[in-house]
Amino acid sequence: MPERNQYQVKTLTIDGKEVCATEHQTLLEVARENAIDIPTLCHFDGLRIGACRLCVVEVKGSNKLLPACVTQAQEGMEVTAHSPQLHEFRKLIIELLFTERNHVCAVCVSSGHCELQAMAQKLGVNHVTLPYLHINCATDGSHRRFVADHNRCVLCTRCMRVCDEIEGAHTWDIIGRGINARMITDLGEPWGASETCTSCGKCISVCPVGALVEKGKSVSEMTKPNLLPYLLQMRGEAQ
Amino acid sequence: MTLDELQEIAQQEKEERKRVSCRINVSVAAGCLSLHSDKVFEILQSEVKKRGLEGSCKVKAVGCMGLCAAGPLIRTEPQHTYYRSLSPERPEVLSAIIDNLDSKPVPEFALSPDLPFFAEQKRIVLENFGEIDPERIEDSIGAGGYEALLTCISNRSHDEVVQEIIRSGLRGRGGAGYPTGLKWSMVAKAPGDQKYVICNADEGDPGAFMDRSVLESDPHRVLEGMAIAAYAVGATKGYIYCRAEYPLAVKRLKIAIRQAEKLGLLGKRIGESDFGFEIEVRLGAGAFVCGEETALIASVEGNRGVPSPRPPFPAYSGLEHCPTLLNNVETFANIAPIIQKGADWFASIGTDKSKGTKVFALVGDVVNTGLIEVPMGIKLRDLVYKLGGGITGNRKFKAVQTGGPSGGCIPEQFLDMNVDYESLNSVGSIMGSGGMIVMDETACMVDVAKFFMDFTRDESCGKCIPCRVGTTQLHGLLERISEGKGRMEDLEMLERLGAMVKRTALCGLGQTAPNPVSSTLKYFREEYVRHIEDKTCAQGRCACSKSPAATAVN
Repeated sequence: MPERNQYQVKTLTIDGKEVCATEHQTLLEVARENAIDIPTLCHFDGLRIGACRLCVVEVKGSNKLLPACVTQAQEGMEVTAHSPQLHEFRKLIIELLFTERNHVCAVCVSSGHCELQAMAQKLGVNHVTLPYLHINCATDGSHRRFVADHNRCVLCTRCMRVCDEIEGAHTWDIIGRGINARMITDLGEPWGASETCTSCGKCISVCPVGALVEKGKSVSEMTKPNLLPYLLQMRGEAQ
Repeated sequence: MTLDELQEIAQQEKEERKRVSCRINVSVAAGCLSLHSDKVFEILQSEVKKRGLEGSCKVKAVGCMGLCAAGPLIRTEPQHTYYRSLSPERPEVLSAIIDNLDSKPVPEFALSPDLPFFAEQKRIVLENFGEIDPERIEDSIGAGGYEALLTCISNRSHDEVVQEIIRSGLRGRGGAGYPTGLKWSMVAKAPGDQKYVICNADEGDPGAFMDRSVLESDPHRVLEGMAIAAYAVGATKGYIYCRAEYPLAVKRLKIAIRQAEKLGLLGKRIGESDFGFEIEVRLGAGAFVCGEETALIASVEGNRGVPSPRPPFPAYSGLEHCPTLLNNVETFANIAPIIQKGADWFASIGTDKSKGTKVFALVGDVVNTGLIEVPMGIKLRDLVYKLGGGITGNRKFKAVQTGGPSGGCIPEQFLDMNVDYESLNSVGSIMGSGGMIVMDETACMVDVAKFFMDFTRDESCGKCIPCRVGTTQLHGLLERISEGKGRMEDLEMLERLGAMVKRTALCGLGQTAPNPVSSTLKYFREEYVRHIEDKTCAQGRCACSKSPAATAVN
C-alpha cells in the first residue's frame, strides 16, 4: 500500500456526475462510492477479477467497452455507465446465462437469495427469447456438508478464487473450455474425496447462485453471510 | 562469431554453390512431404549417383516452393524450371529430368517460372524459400542470414534499430496490424530489468499455413528477427510459442536454435559482444485462443490459456509481469531484410498505410492453391485470377473469405478492391494472418457462416459469458436455419446477438467471432431468406435440402 501522501487524486465524470478517485481505484469502486450502480455478477469485493462482462462501460475516446471492475480511473475520463445500448447488452448477457444451464427459480434452494435472479429482476429480464440449451451437468453430493449442483453454476469462478486467494487450498478449478467448461474439485474427483478441501465453506458463502449450497438447508435458510470483508480486515490487522 | 567470420562462411557457401553446375532443389516442407517428396529426393539422389554426377550436380532438400496444388515440386538449375506433381512411383520421370538437365525441360511435368503464380509475386519473407536447406545454418548464412543481426550489434544503437522499424511502417502480420515499431518502442521504453521477446507461432485459422511454412523453410530468418528485436528492446530471453500440431516446424526450429547457439549467433555474448539472447520453444496444446496474446503469455507461464483484460498491455506487463514484446512469425521474418536494405526500401513497397508485402495462403476453389507473397495493395481480382489461375472447373466466383474465423466473406462486387488493412476492414473483413479461402458458386454462405461459428464456439475458452454462450447460441441459430427450421426473426436475432458479442466479449476471439455471420448476412441475406422461407439450400450443402419438408416443397 502506498503512503497516503503518494496518492494522486483524479477527477472524472461517470454518467455526467463529477467524481474523484485515488490512484489505482477502479471505475467500479468509484461508482459505488458515489452511489452509481454498475451491475456485476462475477465481481466480489476482496477477490481478483472475473469476466462476466456485465460491468462494461463506455469511455469517451475509446472505441472499446471497458470492464469497470478492472479499468483504473484516470484524470478527465468521461464514463457512461448507463445507456440504452449498455442496458440492452446487459439484459442479453443475463438472458444468455438463463439459456445456458438450468436456472429454474421455482425449484432452486437459493430462490430469493440469488444474485442472478436479483439481477434479472433489476434489469427487467422477464422472458427468454433464445432457445434454452439446458446443457446437462452433474450434481455432486459427495461432500459431507455441501452440495455442488453444476446445473446452476454460472462459471463466475468466485469459488475458485476465494479457495485459492483466501483459503489457500485451491480445491476448485476449471476443466474443459467454452460451453463445456465445468468447475471441478481437485483433479476432477468427487468433492467428498477431495484431499485439499478444508470444508471451510467460503465457496458456499460467495456463490452467487444455487450451485454451491449447504446440505439440509431449506430455501428460507439459504441466506449467505458475507464473511469476506471481515476476514480480510482481520488479516490486515494481523499483519 | 564476428561479422567478418560470418561473411567468410557466406563466401565459402557461395563458392561451393558456384562449384556445381546443376542443382535440383526438392521441396521437403510438410505439404510436399505428405506426398512423399522425401522419396523423390532419395530417388533423384541415387540416380545422380548412378550416373556419377555427384561432383557437378547437387540434389538439395529445400523448403516450400509455394504451389501446393502441384506438389511435390522440384526446381532445376540452371534451367530454372519447376517440375510438378512428381511421384516416387514414377522414377522414369525423375530419370528423364536428370537426363535433360542440360537441354530442354521434360514438357509433361515442367512449369515455367514465368507463370503468373511465380512471376507476379514479390518475395521478402519467402525470399529463401526453395533455395536454402532449412536444416543447414551455413546455407542460410550463405543467403545473407544473421548479417543484419551482427551489423546491428556492432554498428547500431538500440534506439536506431527501433527507429528503423518505425520508419519502415511495418505492421503486425498476426492479424490486427498494430504498428510493429511502436510496439518495439513501447517495450524498449517500459521500465524493468528483465524483458522478454515472444514469437507467436500458434497459427490456428482454418486454411492458413503461412507461419508453418516460414518455420519449416527458413527458421533462421525468424530467429534472427527475434534476436534483433531483443537487441532493440533490451530483452535477454525469448520464447517461440508454436502449436504442437506442427511437428516438422518444431523439429526444424530446435535444430536451427542449436546450430545458431553453436556458432555463437544465439546464446550468451552474441557476435562476441555483451549482448546475449536465448530462445526456447514452447508448445501449444491445441487451443486456438492461445494465439491471443494474453492467453499465450498465460500458457507460456504454465497456466490455463485464457485471456485477461488489457490494459495492462504485455508491452508493460506481460510474461511474469515483465515488459514483453510479442510478434507474429511473419513479422519477425520481415525484420532482417528491413535492417539490411533499409526502412525506405521497405516503405516503398505497398500502399500508403500498409507497407511491404503480405504472405497469403491461397486456398479453396482456385486452380493454383498455395503460398504466395504479394505487395500490399494488390487487387483482389489479381490474387484470384492471375496468381490463383481462376476458379476450378471454370465455375463462377462467389466470395473470398479472409482473416479466418475473425474475418468476413467478400463478395464479387469488391473484386477490384485493394488488399490492405484498411480496405479489408471497410468491407467488414480483416487482413488477419493471411488465410484466403476462395469460394465458387457451389458454396452456401449459411453453411460457411455455420462452419466458422462452429469453430469459434468450439474454441471459446469459456471465461466470459458473451463468447461462451453467445457463440453457442449463434451457432444454434445458424444450425436451425440450415436445417430449414429457421424463422425470419432469427435473422434479426443473429444481428442483435452478434452485435452484443462483438462489443462485450473479453478478447479478440469473441469480439471478432460474429464477423463471418455479419458479413454473410450483409452481402448474402437473400440466401438466408431462401433457407427460411423455401426451406431449401440452393447449393445443396445444408441439411434442409435433404429433409422431407424440402422434398415436399420441391
